[in-house]
Amino acid sequence: MKTLINQARALSPAAWSVIPRALWPVAAGLAVAVLMHAVVGPNVPGFTAKMMLVAGINIILAVSLTVVNGFTGQFSMGHAGFMAVGGYVAASITYYGSIKFFGSADFAGGALSWTGSGPHGGGPLGKGDLLFMGSCLVGGLAAAGAGYIVGLPSLRLRGDYLAIVTLGFGEIVRVLLQGTPDQVQPWRAAEAAETPWYSLMLKLGGPKGFNLLPTYTTLFWVYLFVTITLIVCYRLKNSSTGRAFLSIREDEIASQAMGVDVTRYKVRAFVIASFFAGTAGGLYAMDIGAISASDLGFLKSFECIIMVVLGGMGSISGATLAAIILTALPEILRELPPVWPAGLALLAVMAVVQGAHRRWHPRSLVVVAAVTLVAELGRRYCASQGINLAEYRMILYALLLIVMMISRPQGLLGVREVWEIFGRRARRPGAVASPPGASSGVSP
Amino acid sequence: MTQFLQTLFDGVTVGCLYALIALGYTMVYGILKFINFAHSDVFALGVWMSITIAGWMGIGAAGQPTPPLYLALLVLLGTMVTCGAVGFTVERLAYRPLRRAPRLNVLITAIGVSLLLQNLGQRPFMFGPYPRSLPTLVESGTLFTVMGVPVRVSDVAVIGMALVLMTALQILIFRTKFGSAMRAVSFNTRTASLMGINADRVISITFIVGTMLAAAAGFLYGMKYGGQAKQTADSMWVMLGLKAFVAAVVGGIGNVRGAVLGGLLIGLIEFFGVAYLSSQYRDAYVFAILIAVLLLRPEGVLGRATVEKV
Repeated sequence: MKTLINQARALSPAAWSVIPRALWPVAAGLAVAVLMHAVVGPNVPGFTAKMMLVAGINIILAVSLTVVNGFTGQFSMGHAGFMAVGGYVAASITYYGSIKFFGSADFAGGALSWTGSGPHGGGPLGKGDLLFMGSCLVGGLAAAGAGYIVGLPSLRLRGDYLAIVTLGFGEIVRVLLQGTPDQVQPWRAAEAAETPWYSLMLKLGGPKGFNLLPTYTTLFWVYLFVTITLIVCYRLKNSSTGRAFLSIREDEIASQAMGVDVTRYKVRAFVIASFFAGTAGGLYAMDIGAISASDLGFLKSFECIIMVVLGGMGSISGATLAAIILTALPEILRELPPVWPAGLALLAVMAVVQGAHRRWHPRSLVVVAAVTLVAELGRRYCASQGINLAEYRMILYALLLIVMMISRPQGLLGVREVWEIFGRRARRPGAVASPPGASSGVSP
Repeated sequence: MTQFLQTLFDGVTVGCLYALIALGYTMVYGILKFINFAHSDVFALGVWMSITIAGWMGIGAAGQPTPPLYLALLVLLGTMVTCGAVGFTVERLAYRPLRRAPRLNVLITAIGVSLLLQNLGQRPFMFGPYPRSLPTLVESGTLFTVMGVPVRVSDVAVIGMALVLMTALQILIFRTKFGSAMRAVSFNTRTASLMGINADRVISITFIVGTMLAAAAGFLYGMKYGGQAKQTADSMWVMLGLKAFVAAVVGGIGNVRGAVLGGLLIGLIEFFGVAYLSSQYRDAYVFAILIAVLLLRPEGVLGRATVEKV
């Protein structure tokens, strides 16, 4: 017995090696953020840059929801509630912090003002930037606390009951936020500087929303958080915690019998997911310069769910792709270019890849060809009738959701990642391609 | 005292509507074990179909007197039939292919159907994005006054109609052959089909009955708030539907009497909360009750606890 423990100790990595493993996501995030800021940002049109911001925030939301809905199989419908908690906390800290520290609510710098010498002093990290980053992190922590509270009932509830409780939580958050007192307007900053913190922080604007926030969010900050979220969630999926999550999803009772502390892991999934949703809320608030609880109701939660479901229940790259596509889709639909070239190109790529792997899927080729044909005909018809397809996108999403659930319930990618599509199927326990909860579905 | 009675009366009236919608949720849950998210949209469809049918029949045009009662009943019948047809179609196309799929997939499909109905309804070729209101179908005068509380004709109609429908449902489920087939399928689908019950047909009819009840609730809602509020075809209905769902859960989901009890409870709690605490947190009361019930007695007030077997 003693020797077994010693053997296990010898196998576990040394304590000091935790530090580089913990730090490299941050380093990678910084690298990507600098790249986005210095190379991509200046070279794309302003509108595209704006869309990239929104897409980045959606990626964080979708990927974090994947941890709960995809990995753990707990159906959360209150993701926008966590986002609202984090967003409001971050907004409150940034707004009133700017007033308290710098005497002005509009102390916006953001990393894009690197070269400038604005009020925040220029330089790589101006004064306000650190406040903003800190507020996003605190917002994330607050949301994680809310996630802990919501995760607790999930000890007793499963499936659709939990879905309803999370939905109810989102609505309660919305109602409570709408009941907060009016915010202190920027032109009364001097007055606010006298008021103590605790009474100031709760003046969140109520039904009118929390407006006139400094807009710190830039490509730098968004992609720093996006990269960290992606790396953390990807590593989580392949860790022992991630395997526990997946086992709970496949069969709760069986994993309990195998010694997985189901309760603890469910709560943990909620806490992790809500942390990232909270940071996304902070980025969102300081991107548009306002946050309103009425925008973060269950429709926003549904949007996150659509991204997760379409991308694949448990696929990080799938959720990322779905977030990007669904963010861009309204813009693409507004002026839809011919779709057949893209369809043909996709067919060609699929044929080449399948041929190279000697694994032919004739059905997938036929489906892509048919979808391309239908889409092209539909596009021609709508163009001739002058119909703006962007108005029909919610109908399109809804139909996609229904068709997807009937024909391919695991989503586009299932639990696999993009690069695993043609890899060996069962390389890792987590990479087994099976629809979510399939074990409980078809009984013998 | 007057305020108390008024609140009680309002709570019971709205509670009856919640109960009618909750019955649909609870019947579908009892048989298929999933939350039919699209149910609230069928309710909204009920409101809008009544408005449309009343428009076709020329009711509410300028200078028209209040129509005779049989016309109002005709509107109700038309609404129930069209909504029943929609419910049947949805079940046939979206839910039946998923009969053996995991429950979560069916739930996601139901969200999809809900979004589809909501957004289709707002298209110009359906009902359009502009609010409209149901014309006056029944003379909306005050019938009599009890201790200062005016009892309006529409309120009496709501409560009376709801009672009639609930009694009819009770008879259907517990007194007819079809009702026993329904209860058998709800108890165990596979065994029921082995006993010669056509489970698919029973499920279809259950869906039709549930959506018809929601349609009737929509009609009554439109009638109650007819002159005062204009109705839009947007997501506000989801909230009403969710409250009805909460009512079903509070009463014990899958239990028909529980749905009625839960509906009345939720209606009363909501109205007493608004009257005596604060109207700002109207939606929060309902969900707080839901969470409390789920934590303390997850099977609901009248429900029976089930132990999951491996």
